Amino acid sequence: MHQRGTAKNPKQAFQVRRSSLSAWQIEERTAGRKTVDLKRAQKHEKRKQQSASVQPGNSTQDHLEQALTYFERVKDYIPLKKNEVLQKHLTTVESIALQRGLSPEGLDVLLNVALSGHLADTVNTRILKCLIPASVIAENSVVSAVSRLCVGKCSGSTQLLFLRWLIAMFDFIDHKEKLHALYGFFFCSLQDEKLCPYVCHLLYLLTRRESVSIGFSLLFLFFQGMQPHLQALLSLYKLFCPELVSITLPAKTKTYFKNSESLWKAAINTIRRRNQGTSPTSQQLILGTGHPQSRKRKWNTQLILPACSADTNNPTRSKEINHADILSHSESFPVEQLHTFSQLLQNIHCLEFPSQMGSVLRNSLLLHYINCVKDESIYLRLYYWMGQTLQEECTWYKLDNQQYEEEFKDFLDIVYKTECFLQEGFSSCEEFLYKSLPLWDGFCCRSQILRLVSWIPLSSFSEMKPHLCEPLAQLFFTSSLYFKCSVLESLKELLQNWLNWHVIQLDMESDPKISPLNTTLSGLVNSVAELIHFVGWIATVALRLENNATFLLYFILDFYETVCDVYLKYNLPLLVMPPPGVFYPALLSMDAVSLNQLCYIMYRYRTNLVAAKENELIKKTILQFKFSSQTYQEYNQYIMAMVGCLWTSSAFQKDIHPQGIRLDPEVLKKTKVQEVRNSFNIVHHPALMGYAILFLQQVRVHLTGLQGLKLFIESSINRVSQVSQTKSGNAQV
Amino acid sequence: MRRSGRPSLRRRQDMDTSDSGGVTPLGRKTAETGINFTSTTRFSRGLTFIRTHTLFGQSPARRIIPQTCLLQENADPQKIAFLLRKQWTLYSVTPMYKFSYGNLKEYSRLLSAFVAAEKRKGLAVEVGNDLGIKVTLSTLLGLKGTDQDQVAILVQIASRSQLPCENAEDKVVWSGWFCCISGDDLLESVPDDFTCLSLFLANGAESYTAIVGSWFQKTFDCYFSHLTISPLNLAWMAAMWTGCKVDSHMAATELVFSVPCIPQSLDISYAIHPEDAKALWDTVQKTPGEVTQEEVNLFMDCLYSHFHRHFKIHLSATRLVKVSTSIASAHCDGNIKVLN
Repeated sequence: MHQRGTAKNPKQAFQVRRSSLSAWQIEERTAGRKTVDLKRAQKHEKRKQQSASVQPGNSTQDHLEQALTYFERVKDYIPLKKNEVLQKHLTTVESIALQRGLSPEGLDVLLNVALSGHLADTVNTRILKCLIPASVIAENSVVSAVSRLCVGKCSGSTQLLFLRWLIAMFDFIDHKEKLHALYGFFFCSLQDEKLCPYVCHLLYLLTRRESVSIGFSLLFLFFQGMQPHLQALLSLYKLFCPELVSITLPAKTKTYFKNSESLWKAAINTIRRRNQGTSPTSQQLILGTGHPQSRKRKWNTQLILPACSADTNNPTRSKEINHADILSHSESFPVEQLHTFSQLLQNIHCLEFPSQMGSVLRNSLLLHYINCVKDESIYLRLYYWMGQTLQEECTWYKLDNQQYEEEFKDFLDIVYKTECFLQEGFSSCEEFLYKSLPLWDGFCCRSQILRLVSWIPLSSFSEMKPHLCEPLAQLFFTSSLYFKCSVLESLKELLQNWLNWHVIQLDMESDPKISPLNTTLSGLVNSVAELIHFVGWIATVALRLENNATFLLYFILDFYETVCDVYLKYNLPLLVMPPPGVFYPALLSMDAVSLNQLCYIMYRYRTNLVAAKENELIKKTILQFKFSSQTYQEYNQYIMAMVGCLWTSSAFQKDIHPQGIRLDPEVLKKTKVQEVRNSFNIVHHPALMGYAILFLQQVRVHLTGLQGLKLFIESSINRVSQVSQTKSGNAQV
Repeated sequence: MRRSGRPSLRRRQDMDTSDSGGVTPLGRKTAETGINFTSTTRFSRGLTFIRTHTLFGQSPARRIIPQTCLLQENADPQKIAFLLRKQWTLYSVTPMYKFSYGNLKEYSRLLSAFVAAEKRKGLAVEVGNDLGIKVTLSTLLGLKGTDQDQVAILVQIASRSQLPCENAEDKVVWSGWFCCISGDDLLESVPDDFTCLSLFLANGAESYTAIVGSWFQKTFDCYFSHLTISPLNLAWMAAMWTGCKVDSHMAATELVFSVPCIPQSLDISYAIHPEDAKALWDTVQKTPGEVTQEEVNLFMDCLYSHFHRHFKIHLSATRLVKVSTSIASAHCDGNIKVLN
């Protein structure tokens, strides 16, 4: 019951403090209610029994019983002065209440006496201040207390204190059905100027969709003014009945109700701690969605991202919801109330999308939801909104861009995060990049833009080339080393995203009979190949421009670490060798890291090629995709150059690659370098010089940390011995 | 020329009538090869049609001027007259989600209350009550380029006169209208839930425009953006409007150019007698009823060389910012006024 109440309660829409007491309430409630419903006589008996069975030393309980009996018997006005009995009982009640809280029936007795008008105001105040429930408050006690208010015997200040107590203890009331029936009574109390703020707060807590009737909202318009408590209640009415009330809240107001809880705050926290075991963080009373609306624009006053709010304005859509209600007997679940994943799971069948789809970008729960809903309109709404927002907010179209750049950066970050979350690129984002890259200075929002590039959806490369590659290449060649590395990094991620996408597609369409796959696959292979060739080209040029900088080489080889494993890791029949402009600088690099990376890459190429050959031999059938002999040839040329260079010390003689390092013996002689042949072998290679020294120093045989080199030697240099062992060993790789 | 670096007009924001040579190279390519990866990614599913149209802001190379009257018979002459001779600020609007022509009355009620609430920030207003402000949404029949076009919508904000006079009429303080741009290829493929009224024209205080716009944005999940007109499109307008026959009053054809100068920019106004302009255009235009980019360029070049002969100023090096003819006038900031 309570759970349902909380879930559907409008208050959550405004993040009003509400505690979830359900866990312990369920147990306590039955007991609590039973006792309260008992007749007085029975209660007396029970109390007597209790006191009879009291364990020795539990005398405080006795005192409390006596006090309660005393208060219950109050029938006429009793003055406080010189009344020691009253004083004594009052002190007993206070001390026990603050320590342990009071039972529901105790609360019932004290509430009745406090509002009866038989006691002095100071006594009433003291009693109300110590009305702290040990578990719950019985609804009946509250109802009878309210009925005592109607009699009008208690003073204004007592009434006020009672209302504050009611607001503070609202969550401890076990049922609220009868209280809801008193909605009209509370509503009438709005007329009282002093009570008004508290009555508003109480109504705010009590209001449900069905309580907002035409009458109330119209009547309420009489009371309205600029006071925040009235505005808050009205905005709640508007939420439920947009067709009746319209209000715009001023942006600066933060608190809408006076704090009623302060008097009992410490005590309530103690009870909660005791009941729940853990201390719940005391939530602040905040109205609205919590985004400060400081905005420079006259037009489009919201932040770039619209606030997440339910669709209440559009009668077309609300009507549909009503229609659905009749059919399914369930109400739709407003997005404002969606805070946890379990809520999402419970309400996934009746979840309402926000009125502005752009707001889902901030809401990961809704992104989960989007992931499992197949509704084209969602994507279209997002597409239109995002396309326009990117265009409008894009900083380099604006003259005074300083002001907006940070905001635009944040927006791009959110878009990127969403793409990562959904593992999918937005086509509006792709279009934005195509349109804006030619005008980009390569500086503004750099990391954001480059990250977005990595999520460009897989499409035919001929389409991408003029809009992405050309502007990007221009910036690439003219920008700093760091920019070059960033571009390479994002292109690597782009490649990986495409390959991942392909793998997922393969999983989904595992049925080989689907014919369109073939055309798609050939197109896919072409696009991926062209992307790799493009990177090969810019990498070659960049290495020349940057004098083979090691840092750059690292990013390039990192890219090829993905490329060399495409066949085995991503099941795509494609292997593209690095261009000689990348291969040779890495081979002759002065740096061990690059050489090691190259060796690892060549080792993976070999593994992939061998696997491909094996598959060809096993299947015997004509495979649609076969690596061309040219790929093998290229690989062989490189491997010969590499072995010649690193192992057989014949790099300058045996390299047969047209762009290789083969040199005439005559020319070599002219260099007058001694022992030219050996200069790049594994012992003398400049990149490994440090290791050679280390080796000499430590006389250790195995090459620490050079795993790639080790694998390469094992696979390509020790091959001769392997072949003799396993004759079946395949392929003239 | 394009100093401000503003993005040029996107295709679907083009204001002119239908275009025939509208297939971008991209569209053709995709169709020929039959490879369409985007159709398999989810976020792009069903969006391919848009890609081909909005990706590149090229103006079409050729436009056909419809021979038939744009205004259809069912047009309300009073309403049409209302639209004339007013300065309109242009906005482009993305398709509206779940907009229903059947609910215009309800929308009027809600929007009235919204406007009133915005104006009296912090005070709630009762929907449907007399708030001193009345918003009316109505259809504008007859403003269609093609049959597929959605019916245009007129939004008016009227304020009640304070005096309780019986025949006191509501005074229109702001008006705006949505219309569909004919030849909008978007239309054909947009799902039923969306209504394409991609051009919005507003006349009146900008604060009202902002209120109405944000209400539409919130309610129909659309996006309003200010629309500017590129010099290229202004040149098109100059040529096409010059070619139109006007029976009544003839105003001079005036072109305003902006010269980027420091400290203050310099405006050059170039006025031509409408008959002279028409005569020039007639010699340039080859096929009646059809205008090509070359013709527009030639027309402008002729005007430029004439100007150069007299003042030794190359107008081609300046920026065209305003065009006004007997038919209509347009400013690059996105203001337009239709006279006839």
